[in-house]
Amino acid sequence: MRLSTLAAGLLTVLVAAFLVVPALVSIVAGVSVSYSRGLSEGLTLDWIFEVWRLYADTILRSIMIALATLVVTLLIGVPAAYALVRRGGRLARIAEEIVTLPLAIPGLALALALIITYGGVRELRVSSAFIVIGHVLYTLPFMIRSVMAVLQSFDWRLLDDGAASLGASPWRRFVDIMLPNARPGILAGALTVVTLSIGEFNLTWMLHTPLTKTLPVGLADSYASMRLEIASAYTLVFFVMIVPLLVAMQAVARIGEPRRTA
Amino acid sequence: MTRRFEFLLLLPAGVFVLAFLLVPMAALVPVAGSGRLGWSAYLAVVTEPRYRATMISTLVVAAATTALTLAIATVAAQFLASRRFPGRDLLVAMLTFPLAFPGVVVGFMVILLSGRLGLVAQASEALFGERIVFAYSLGGLLVGYLYFSIPRVILTVMAAVEKLDPALVEAARSLGAGPFRIQRDVVLPALAPALVAAGALCFATAMGAFGTAFTLATRIDVLPMVIYTEFTLGGNVAIAAALSIALGLVTWLALALARNATGAVAAAG
Repeated sequence: MRLSTLAAGLLTVLVAAFLVVPALVSIVAGVSVSYSRGLSEGLTLDWIFEVWRLYADTILRSIMIALATLVVTLLIGVPAAYALVRRGGRLARIAEEIVTLPLAIPGLALALALIITYGGVRELRVSSAFIVIGHVLYTLPFMIRSVMAVLQSFDWRLLDDGAASLGASPWRRFVDIMLPNARPGILAGALTVVTLSIGEFNLTWMLHTPLTKTLPVGLADSYASMRLEIASAYTLVFFVMIVPLLVAMQAVARIGEPRRTA
Repeated sequence: MTRRFEFLLLLPAGVFVLAFLLVPMAALVPVAGSGRLGWSAYLAVVTEPRYRATMISTLVVAAATTALTLAIATVAAQFLASRRFPGRDLLVAMLTFPLAFPGVVVGFMVILLSGRLGLVAQASEALFGERIVFAYSLGGLLVGYLYFSIPRVILTVMAAVEKLDPALVEAARSLGAGPFRIQRDVVLPALAPALVAAGALCFATAMGAFGTAFTLATRIDVLPMVIYTEFTLGGNVAIAAALSIALGLVTWLALALARNATGAVAAAG
């Protein structure tokens, strides 16, 4: 084997270790009786129960916010993606550019803008809906792009014209032709939206109130004020929620792309 | 008829974006000019030494993150793309699983790695009798941003490497080019669009990231942290708004430049 190949392999393995080892330490610490005294003290699930006692509300709230965010992005994002693909041209590109702005602007700035504009509306400011608005803003571009990519990958105009020639109304063509064909994009977009919403911190930290803490907000709180075992157990709960979503996301992406013979 | 239908389909998203993106962003502009400094708040990021220093250190950390991530990803992606070996899939999974970790969790990973009770501290105490701790500094922040960026960038670069024509590399080799020349003259030019797009995204994310710095906390002066402290602790909304606009312009500009350079839409991560 060449020396350069050997060095590249070594670097790759080292980087993989750099990413994995801290996560493993966190998992072990979350189920250890004592982190500082090591594994010889034995394993326990007590910290996980403690996390549930302290932070169950943040976990449930994060799931609810993610689902609400998903519903809104589906309702407003899927029709918008279809309209943008149908319309095409310069105007559609400008509209897409504007919708994707939240990817280019740091979450902190977006949250500040939302607070300055709507922070005075008390009912909204203290409700989880305020966080949902932030999450929709941030995840909408992913839903729209994901659906647009699928619609652009087949000849939608052919299907659309065919259905129209048979007398189907635009609305029926959207529901009966476009939605079923766009399903892979909708699914990929939905998984992305839920994954991003559950992990979102930059916006949420600014938008939350003491009564609307989410999982990542609770994590930040536990990192700052709890013992390492509890922080680790809480992180473990987060891993258990996020990793299946990530695996599903990558599986959907693999189905979506044309098969390669490797 | 169809025009009106398209308009109706677009309307809900349009109303949402207008109400919660365009109007609030526009509202930020006058707020920034309403403080003690007036409209010169916009120049504060250049004129006030404290904010200028923060802007520079944020730019330096983001640039260092981008350069290191691109270098690592280019080497690792080529190693993984060109060969099949047992454990390769596991290695790819290990390199990409932190994809969905938020900045706060990444910060915690950095603490476990290089904090007071971290692995580096324990190892260095066992080896040299001295605890090495760098989690709570700009160095720790850089480590965190690498942890955050590597999985995202590796995926993009791997996709680009797989599209690379192996015949080109083979031809260069048969003509007598060494590994270094093959990289410089064949591989890197072919990967350039992907590297520029992924690099810009990496840079923009590192500029605006907040969670990691927040977890590591204690006196890390990067722009998002300063915006946060000015707003919540200092009650200085005007400066926070002005700095937010400056930060947003820098990240937007980085992405726009990269897109113009490559002509492709940067893949969002």
